[in-house]
This record gives sequence, structure tokens and C-alpha cells, in this order.
Amino acid sequence: MLLYPLTGAALFAIGLAGLLLQPHLLHKILAFNILGSGAFLILVGLGQRDGIIDPVPQAMVLTGIVVAIAATALALALARQLLDLTGQMRLPEDRPDAEPADD
Amino acid sequence: MTDLLDPLPWLIVLPLAWGTLAFLLGPGRGGRLAIAAIALQLMLALQLAGQLLGNGARVHAVGGWGAPLGIDLMADGLAAVMLLLTQAVALPLAVFARGYFAASPKGRELFWPLTGFLLAALNALFLSADLFNIYVTLELLGLAAVGLVAIAGGRQPVTAAMRYLLATLLGSGAYLLGVALIYGTYGSVSLAVLTPLVTGDAPLAVTLATALMLAGLLLKTALFPFHFWLPPAHGGAPAPVSALLSALVIKATFYLVLRLWLELFAPLTTVAAAQLLGILGVAAILWGSVLALTQSRLKMLVAYSTVAQVGYLFLLFPLATLVPPGVADSAVQGGVMQAVAHGLAKAAMFAAAGSMIVATGRDDIGHLGGVGARLPLTLFSFGLAGVTLMGLPPSAGFSAKWLLLTAALESGQWGWVAVMIVGGLLTAAYVFKVLRRAFLPMAAGDRVTRVPRTLEFSAFALALASILLGLFGAPLLYLLAIGRAA
Amino acid sequence: MKAWLAVLIALLCTGLALALGAAMLALPELAVRLPADVAANLDASGVAHPVTAVLLNFRGYDTLLEVAVLLLALLGVFALSHHASGHTHPANPAHPVLQTLARLLAPLMVLVAGYLLWVGAHAPGGAFQAGAVLAAAGVLLRLAGLLPAWAQPGRLLRGGLALGLLVFLAVAVAGLPQGELLHYPPALASPLILLVEAGLTLSIGLTLAGLYLASAGWKK
Repeated sequence: MLLYPLTGAALFAIGLAGLLLQPHLLHKILAFNILGSGAFLILVGLGQRDGIIDPVPQAMVLTGIVVAIAATALALALARQLLDLTGQMRLPEDRPDAEPADD
Repeated sequence: MTDLLDPLPWLIVLPLAWGTLAFLLGPGRGGRLAIAAIALQLMLALQLAGQLLGNGARVHAVGGWGAPLGIDLMADGLAAVMLLLTQAVALPLAVFARGYFAASPKGRELFWPLTGFLLAALNALFLSADLFNIYVTLELLGLAAVGLVAIAGGRQPVTAAMRYLLATLLGSGAYLLGVALIYGTYGSVSLAVLTPLVTGDAPLAVTLATALMLAGLLLKTALFPFHFWLPPAHGGAPAPVSALLSALVIKATFYLVLRLWLELFAPLTTVAAAQLLGILGVAAILWGSVLALTQSRLKMLVAYSTVAQVGYLFLLFPLATLVPPGVADSAVQGGVMQAVAHGLAKAAMFAAAGSMIVATGRDDIGHLGGVGARLPLTLFSFGLAGVTLMGLPPSAGFSAKWLLLTAALESGQWGWVAVMIVGGLLTAAYVFKVLRRAFLPMAAGDRVTRVPRTLEFSAFALALASILLGLFGAPLLYLLAIGRAA
Repeated sequence: MKAWLAVLIALLCTGLALALGAAMLALPELAVRLPADVAANLDASGVAHPVTAVLLNFRGYDTLLEVAVLLLALLGVFALSHHASGHTHPANPAHPVLQTLARLLAPLMVLVAGYLLWVGAHAPGGAFQAGAVLAAAGVLLRLAGLLPAWAQPGRLLRGGLALGLLVFLAVAVAGLPQGELLHYPPALASPLILLVEAGLTLSIGLTLAGLYLASAGWKK
């Protein structure tokens, strides 16, 4: 049953595209979460493709989810700080009034 | 051997413990605890190296279960070398950081807990023999590094930290996908179990996994063209942080690329892929060196130097893939020696730069006049570090280049020889740019104050180590040979 | 971002998805079967649920590092908090209905968390799930205006945050005389795992709540 891994592959690709293409920081962070969820689906689904329930990837994904939460939290705090300091939720190179890259 | 005093697990537990204790002690506290603990870690790393030299590579099955059910820690020569580098660089840097933050307190509130976790992540990464465990250590390392970049606040560092975080998360995400594919193919994530299973005719999923994992790790190592996040992050952080990041964090992901390339994915590596890595390394050397020459800020120059020096590390791949074993050995030795030499030298360089910035009150190469007179030891350290980066004898940088050149000549790949020579010249150019300015007399309106001795001596210790390693580097190569398949 | 670059990236991502799909459809039989190993060693692990056994025993080292990652993220947020340009901490009481609801729900959530911690030994549950529910209670109380945001953490709070990791480290090191890190003596495995999970529940709950509450007071 390859439904989960295939969905995971699609999610990973969508998340990757979002992370690279979307300029808004919140969208990038969301895209990273989608990308992570895709990888988790593949991890859980691929090892169980012949129907035998496998607790090891399930435990690994639990760990992965917590790690992703930690990373997302730090990213959100940084984004919040950046909004406070610059007034924008974008990295300098992604802003419409493109400034030359900070040195 | 009493198991309670086994150095291997303590190298991971100790930094986690003192990082947490430093947090418990309160903002800014924990410096002396850190220095004492890192000194202990250095002794443990030396003890581990001694064990390996006596008894060969060893495995520690956490929980007593053993792979593939449990997680294995594995120490061979390469891991021991990286552990020694980590502890040996961290100790003088801890002394430097304590003095630096006394002089320039911005950012010291959570420096020690974050550094404790950073060192724990590094040690855990070097010892891990489980692909998913490596992912967790990569995340620990990445978050610690990002936290340290943003530690002093400010628009540019926070921007740099955000960019770094997104890049490092993308890298880990790609790595995780690779691990997912590997588990899905074979049913295990243990390196020991997987290595015999991966053969030349592995399924497409494994080839994809290889590409994904290596690409993710290359992004985290800042190899050209993935280097965009490094200069602002390393150039904008406080000097002790920049030193830790450039000297150690980059080497961790490079170590993983090397390990995967030489062991797990060895049947899948092609000459074309190796040549590609080499070409990217050349691009990194040229791009990083040229941009270093154009910088006006001292820390940014040193950060671009890191971009260039990372390129040198990747020259070993075309010299070590599908070549006679003697040549491959020489190339790997050269690459690892370069990693160690660069770690020591870059830490020294950032420490010296930090001292100069504290003394002049600004981060500007144009206003370094008078530093040579006031801070001779610091400038000497900067120069010695530069000697190592240029690859001049008798430094460890020269030993590394010598080994790589030998490999290049023996395998007839002349192009890399030319690259190494040109790279050395470019390095000399930007090192002398700084030295020249510092020897000029102090300009009107500038100031150069004295800095505490600890700052100068710690930078000097690191620079001296990189030279001594060149003179006495043979034991390192003996250590490196342990556990390496012929 | 230039248009051609965006199109190129989109094409590469699509290509990646297709390659992944093709790779997944062409996989051979699994070489290693871990479920059998897990089942065989379940009795010696100290818990009855296979996922908890993997999480806290067989691959407990991953969990140890993961707890460190979580605490580390909070440390990063605290570091940023020192440079946040304005803090407004006091709890602003919200709509009375929300307050009443929060007051009713929070103790129930603590109870649920306790249950999840206990049941983790033989059904899905455990420290992370319990900690997440505790954290949710904290966030709910903050949103209802009943809990102030965090300023820099005081000694007690720091202790609570560090407790889980320190207990876990202590138990891990206590296993060294048995031969390896995190080696539970088979007779003591159950109580030790419960001890570790209890400490983790508190710390994870505080940490997850803190990831929100530490920045909740920053300038809007």
C-alpha cells in the first residue's frame, strides 16, 4: 500500500517549492513544515508497504515531529524579531524594493 | 576498564550536562564551569584516541541492544581526530570568549548554555553510527548554531540567523528524506547493517537518497553555490561565535559527507560526481578568495575566507574516488589534515580579529592602523593563522597541501595542482591586505586600546597549534588510519 | 525572483516528486525486519507498547537528544528575548466566557496529561503527548488572559525546564556500570522509564508552553 509514501513525495515537492519560491517568511516556515510532513509520511509509509506494522519508524517520526516543532518555534521567534527590527516579514533579498544584499 | 569511566559516552553527556547547568546558573554565568568541563572533555578525547591506538576501532551499543534494534556509537580514527579537533579548538575559544564577553558584554546571556549544547551536538555527531540519530544531532547542531548567531541581537545578525536557519532546515529536510528512502528500502538505519547491503546495483531509491543526503549536507557545509548564508552569519556574529562556527560546525557536515562517500555510498560514487565536487570546490576557492579581497569589514573578510577554504576540503573527492588505494589514502589524509588545520587556524584568525575589533572599537580593515604596534601578539597570531591557510611550511596547512598534491600528481590529475597553487596565492593576497593595514601607524581619530592578555594568548595558542601540527602531525595520520578499510 | 528561475525550480520539484514516485514503485523486499526484533525484546523493555519501548528504551538515545533539541530551541528564544524591544507581560483578561471556559478546561487538561503519561506504557501515549496537552493548557490560559507572558525565567522555572533532561541524563549515566549508556536493568526498567517520563512531561510541558509564552510578551 503505497498511498502514504506517494502522498509524502508530493508533499515534499510542494513544500520544497514553497520554501524556495515564497518570499514571505511565514509561508517559508509553513512550507518547511509541509516538507517535513512529507518526509515523515514516507518514513512511516515506506517501511510498512507490505502491511506489517513497524513501530520503529513510528517512533522515529514522533522524534522528528518534536524536532520540527522546536525548529519551527525558533524560526517563528526569529521572524517575529525580524518584523520588529525591519518592519517586514521578508529577507532583504526577497523584498520588492530589492536592496543590495547586506554586507 | 571500568565502564563508568568510559570516555565515549561522557563526551556526549558532559557537554549536555554543563550546558544545562550553565542555563540553571543564570544569564551570563557558566564560563568557568565550561572551561573546566571542556578541559576534561579534551582529556577524555585523548584517552579515547589512546584506546583506539591500542585496540582499534570500537563500538558502543547504547542501551545494550545493538544495531539494528538499538543505536550504536562508533569511534574510529576519523571520529577520534574530529573529536580531538573539537575539544582542542573549544578550550582556547572558551577562554577567549570569557575574556571577550567581559570586555564586550553584548550577547553573553545565553552563550554558555548554547555552546554546551553545540559541543554536545558535535561530539554526538562524530560518534554516531545511525543515520536517523545523525539527523537528530544535525538538528541539535543547527539550532545551536543559529541561536548563537542571533545571540547579540541586531538587524543584520537576526537576518543572517533567519537565513541560516532556513538553509540548514532545508538541508536537514533533504537529509531526512534520504534517510526515509533508505529505511524504506532496507528496513534499517544503522550504518553497520546497511554498509554491506548497499551495492552497485542498488535501487533508484538509494541513488536518490544518496543525492538528497549529500545535497543537504553540502548546503549545510556552505559549498559553492550553497554558500550564500555563511558570510552574513559568520561575519555578523560575535567573534567567539564566528570562530566556533567556522572552525567546527562546518567540519561536522563535511565529516558526514566524507563518511557517507567513503563508506555507505562508496559503491554508488562515480568519477563524474567526484569531479563535480572538485569543480565546486575550485569555484568556492576562487569566488571566496576574490570576494574576501573586496571586503572592508574584517570579520566579513575572514568569513569569505571560510567559503574559500571549504573549497579546499572538497578537492579530496576527485583524488579519492576510483583511484589506486595509496592515492586515495593520501587524498583523504590531506583532506582531513586540511580540515583540522583550517579549524585551528580559522579559530585563531577569528579570535585575533575579535581582539582587534575590541581594541579599535570597530570592525573596519581601513582603520586597523596602529594595531601592529599595540597588539603585536594578536597580529602575529593572525599572521601565523594566515601562514597555515596559505599552506606555507612548516604549518599543518602545508602538510595537508603536500598530501593532496602528492595524490594529484600520482593520479595524473594536474588541474588540481594548479588550483591549489592559485588558491594559495589568493589566500596570501587577502591575508596580507589585513597585515599591511595593521602595520601602518594609527590614523588620526582612531583608537587602539590594550586588550586583556587572555584574548591575545588564546588566539596565539590556536595559531601556534596549527603550526606545531605541521611539525608533529604524524601521530594524527596514524590515528586516522585506524578503522579505515584498505 | 526572476521568472525563469521560478519556473526552473518548479520543474525541478515536479521532477523530484516524479522520481520519488518511480523509485518507490520499484522497491525490492525489505532486507531487515525490525518488528520481529521489537516484539521479541518487548518483555525485557519495561513497557508493553512497542512504540513506547522503541522511544524510551531501544532508541532512547534519540529521545534524549530530542529533549535537548527542544530545550535548545527555547534557549534560542530566550536569547532573542534579551533583545526584544519591548515587553508587555501582564495578563489582559479576555472575554468572560473565554475565561470561564479556560478555568474549567485547564484542570481537566492537567488530568488528561497525567492519564496520557500513565497509559503510555501499554497504549499510545507517553511523555510527549502529555507534555503537549500541558503546554496547550498553558497557551489556553494565556489566550484567556489568565496567565502572564514570560519575562526572563527565574530560578524555579529554569529548574523545571531543566529537570527532564537532567533526570534523563542521570538515568542514562546510571546505566554505565551495567555496561552501556542508558542500559536499564531489566527488573528496574518499568519504574525507571516512568520516572524519566514523569520528569520529561513536566519539562516538555513547560518548554512547549514557553516556546509560545516567552515571545508572547514582545512588542506587538
